[in-house]
Amino acid sequence: MGIRMIRRTTASRRMAVLAPMGALALAIVLNFLLYIVMGNDPAAVFYALLLEPFVSWSSFSEVLLKMTPLLLIAQGLAIGFRAKVINIGAEGQFILGAIFASAIPVWFPQATGGWIWPLMLLLGGVGGALWAALPAFWRVRLNASEILVTLMMSLIAGQLLAYLLVGPWKDPMGFNFPQTVMFQWDAMVPTLIPGTRVNVALILALLWTALAYVYMQKSFQGYQLVVGGLAPHATAYAGFSEGRAVWLSLLIGGFAAGLAGAAEVAGPMGQLQRGIASGYGYAAIIVAYLGGLHPVGILFSSLFMAALYIGGDNAMVSAGLPVAAVRVFQGSLLCCYLAAIVLVRYRLVRDGQEVTA
Amino acid sequence: MPAPLLSLRGLSKSYGTVRANRDIDLDVAEGSIHAILGENGAGKSTLMKLIYGVESPDAGEMRWRGNLVSPSSPNEARSQGIGMVFQHFSLFETLTVVENISLIVPGKKRALVARIRQLGQDYGLEVDPLAHVHALSVGERQRVEIIRCLMTNPKLLILDEPTSVLPPQSVKTLFETLLKLRDRGVSILFISHKLEEIRSICDHATILRDGAVTGNVDPREHDAHDLAQMMIGRDMPEARAFAAREPGPVLLELAGLDYQPDDPFQMSLKAVSLKLHAGEILGIAGVSGNGQGELARLISGETRRHAEARDEVMMFGQPVGDLGAAARRKLGFAFVPEERLGRGAVPEMSLSDNSLLTAHGLGLVRRGLIDRGAEDAFTRRCIADYDVRTPGPQAEAGALSGGNLQKFIVGREMELAPNLFFVSQPTWGVDIGAATEIRRRLVDMRNAGVAVLVISEEIEELFEICDRIQVIREGRLSPSLTVSKTRVEEVGRYMIGAEEGAA
Repeated sequence: MGIRMIRRTTASRRMAVLAPMGALALAIVLNFLLYIVMGNDPAAVFYALLLEPFVSWSSFSEVLLKMTPLLLIAQGLAIGFRAKVINIGAEGQFILGAIFASAIPVWFPQATGGWIWPLMLLLGGVGGALWAALPAFWRVRLNASEILVTLMMSLIAGQLLAYLLVGPWKDPMGFNFPQTVMFQWDAMVPTLIPGTRVNVALILALLWTALAYVYMQKSFQGYQLVVGGLAPHATAYAGFSEGRAVWLSLLIGGFAAGLAGAAEVAGPMGQLQRGIASGYGYAAIIVAYLGGLHPVGILFSSLFMAALYIGGDNAMVSAGLPVAAVRVFQGSLLCCYLAAIVLVRYRLVRDGQEVTA
Repeated sequence: MPAPLLSLRGLSKSYGTVRANRDIDLDVAEGSIHAILGENGAGKSTLMKLIYGVESPDAGEMRWRGNLVSPSSPNEARSQGIGMVFQHFSLFETLTVVENISLIVPGKKRALVARIRQLGQDYGLEVDPLAHVHALSVGERQRVEIIRCLMTNPKLLILDEPTSVLPPQSVKTLFETLLKLRDRGVSILFISHKLEEIRSICDHATILRDGAVTGNVDPREHDAHDLAQMMIGRDMPEARAFAAREPGPVLLELAGLDYQPDDPFQMSLKAVSLKLHAGEILGIAGVSGNGQGELARLISGETRRHAEARDEVMMFGQPVGDLGAAARRKLGFAFVPEERLGRGAVPEMSLSDNSLLTAHGLGLVRRGLIDRGAEDAFTRRCIADYDVRTPGPQAEAGALSGGNLQKFIVGREMELAPNLFFVSQPTWGVDIGAATEIRRRLVDMRNAGVAVLVISEEIEELFEICDRIQVIREGRLSPSLTVSKTRVEEVGRYMIGAEEGAA
C-alpha cells in the first residue's frame, strides 16, 4: 500500500504557511548530509549561512541592501506569475534599467541637483518596462511564448551592456577597464542609515510591496489577472482582455526590475559595470515562488534569500564552503518548496486511512 | 436466496461538519438495474465514491459477493469488476479518445480503435476514436467515459446521471444497452433524479435524502409523484403554466452567419439564422456536438468576429459581432455557459470572488477597488434567493456540487437583470426541484418581457418552456418550429437529419 494524494476541497491556509518552513527544514537536513560528505563542519556552515547575517548590525544592513532589489523584482514578477504570464527575463530588464539610469551621469557628469537620482530611478523603471514591452508585443501579436522571448532578451541585454562598457560609455580615464565613470554625488540614492550602505531604495521597495498588496488583494484589475491565471476560459467568458493582462504583467514586472537595476547602479555600485548583472533577476523568480506569489510572503522570502546571499559569502570565507555548495543550498531549497507546496492543495492518504498531512 | 452482488451495512461518511452519508444500507442483486434516487446534495455521489474506492467510509462495512472488502482506490474497485462513469468526466483533454482509453485498458492502439468503433456501434455510443477530447462536446465525452468503462468488462457498472446529456433517441439506445448488459449478468447502479426514466428501466430503487436512506421500493409500483415525495420530502414544485403573448421587438438576430473555426475538430456553422423577440423563449435543440458550443461562443462574445463581419450578430438592433463578452453584457445581455467549472466559475476562488466575474458592474467595484461588503451582500443574496446549498460566500466554487454551482451561476446572471438572457444546458445535472425552479424563473423572465434563448439537449425541457424551437445539426439551424403546433417526433427528425431535404 502506498501513499496517495487527494485534492482538498479548499486550499489549506495552515499548509500555505507550514510548507515553506517544512521545505527549509528538509533542505537543511539534505545539505547537512552533503556537508558531512564534503568534510565541512555542518554546524559552522549553518551558523555562517543562517545565523551570522542576523547577529551583527553591519552584516544585517548588508542583508537589507541585498533584499532591496530582490523584493522589488519579485513583487513585480509575482503579479505576472499569478496571471500565468511567465516573465523570466527580469535579469535583462534589470540591466536595461541600470543602463537607462546611467545615461544621465554618463552624459552629464557635471550636473548637480536633487532631481537627478529620482529621475534616474524613473528612467530605470521606464527602461525595464520598454525591454519587457517587446516580449509583450510578440506574445499578444503572434502568441510567441513570453518565457522564451524574455529569456533571450536577457542575453541581448547582457551583450548591449558589454558593448556600452567597452565602447561609447567606457570611462576614458579608467585604465581601459570596462566600466563607466564614477557617478557624481547627486546621481547617488541617499543613504538611509548612516554608516551603512542601506539607501532610500529600501523604502521604495517597501512602498512597492504595499502597492502590490493593494493591487493584488483589493483591486479589480489585479483580480482579473488572477482569474486569467486560474481559468483562462472564465476570462473569455467574463470578457476580460487577455492581451491587457499580458501587457500589464510584463510592464509591471519590467518596471520593477528596471527600477531595481537603477537603484543598484545609483546605490552600492556607483557606476555602470559588468558586475551589476549578478543574477538578481533569476534569484527573484525563486523569491517570488518561495513567497507563495503573495506580497506578504515575498517580503519574508526576499529577506530570507538576501540573508542566504550574505550567509553564503560568510560560509565561503569563514567555513570554507565552495560557492557551488551555496548554490546547491538555494536550489535544493526551491525543489523542497515546490514539493511541499503541493500539500496546500492536496492531502496525503495512506491505506484508505486518512492521515493529517 | 443467493448473496447479493454488493451489500452495504451502516456506511457513513462525513466531510467536516457535513454528514454526507449516514448509516446507509444497500443491497444490489445480480442482474439488476438498481436506481439511486435523490436530490442534489442528498449524498448519491458520495455513496458511489465510497463503493468505487475514491473515498473511504468513516464507519460501516461493504461486502462484494459475500466477501468483506474495503477498496482503497478505483484501481482496486476496477480489478474486482466495478466500473463507474462519473458526472464530472475524468478525461485528459489534450489526448485523443483512444489514448485516454489506453491509459487504463491494455492493448495495441489499432485493436483498441476497432473495439471502440465496435462498442460504439453496438450501443449507439458513436464517437471518433482519433478525435482529441478537448474538441468533443460534453455529450460526446460522456460517451467516451461509458465506452471506457465497458471495455473493462465490469460486473457492476455505476452510472452517475448518465442520460442528462443524451438526446431522446440515444437515451432509448442507452437503455437498450443497459438491458443487454443486465441480461448478460451485469448489475447496474443507476443514479438519477429523473423519475420517469427510473420507472421505465430500473427494477429496484433506493431513495436518499439528506444523506440517509428514506425508501427501498420497486419503482414500477409507484408513480412519479410518490417517488418525488420520498426524494424531496414534500410536494413537488409545480411548473407554472404560461399564456401566449405577443412577442416584442427583435433583441437578438443572426442573419445567415457563416463561421469557420480555426480548430479543425470544431463544427463550422453554415448560414445560421435566428430572430429572438422580447418576451419569448427560443430553444435550440440538437444532439451534442452539432455546433452548439460554437454558436454559444459567437453569441456570448467569447468568439469575436472581425470588424467587417460585425453585423452578423445583432443585439438590441446594434451590430456586436466584434465586441467581447463584457461589452455585450453592458448592453443588457447575460449568459450561463455549459461548463460551470473553469468557465462560468473559477473553481479555486470563493463564491464571493466568483460573483465579481460578471456582476462587477453592480456596484461591487468602486474606483477600481473591490467593495468586499457589497460583494458579500450580493453573494448572500444569490445563495438565499436561488437556494444554493453551501456553507457560505467564502466556500470555494469547486467544492460545490454541480447542481448547486449551476444554481449559483444562474442566480448571478439573473441578478444582472438582463433584457436578453442566454442559457446553455440550464438544468444539466441539476435535481428535479431546482430544475423546475430554474425553468419557472426563465418563464417569469419571459413574461416580464425578457428575450430568452435556451440551448438544451433535453427535448422535454424545451417543450415545457419554449415558444419556439430551432434544431441545430451539423452546424446548420432548422427553420423555426412553433412549439404549440409541433410534436416531439418532428423535432427528433430534425435532430437526426431525416428532414434534410425539407429543410
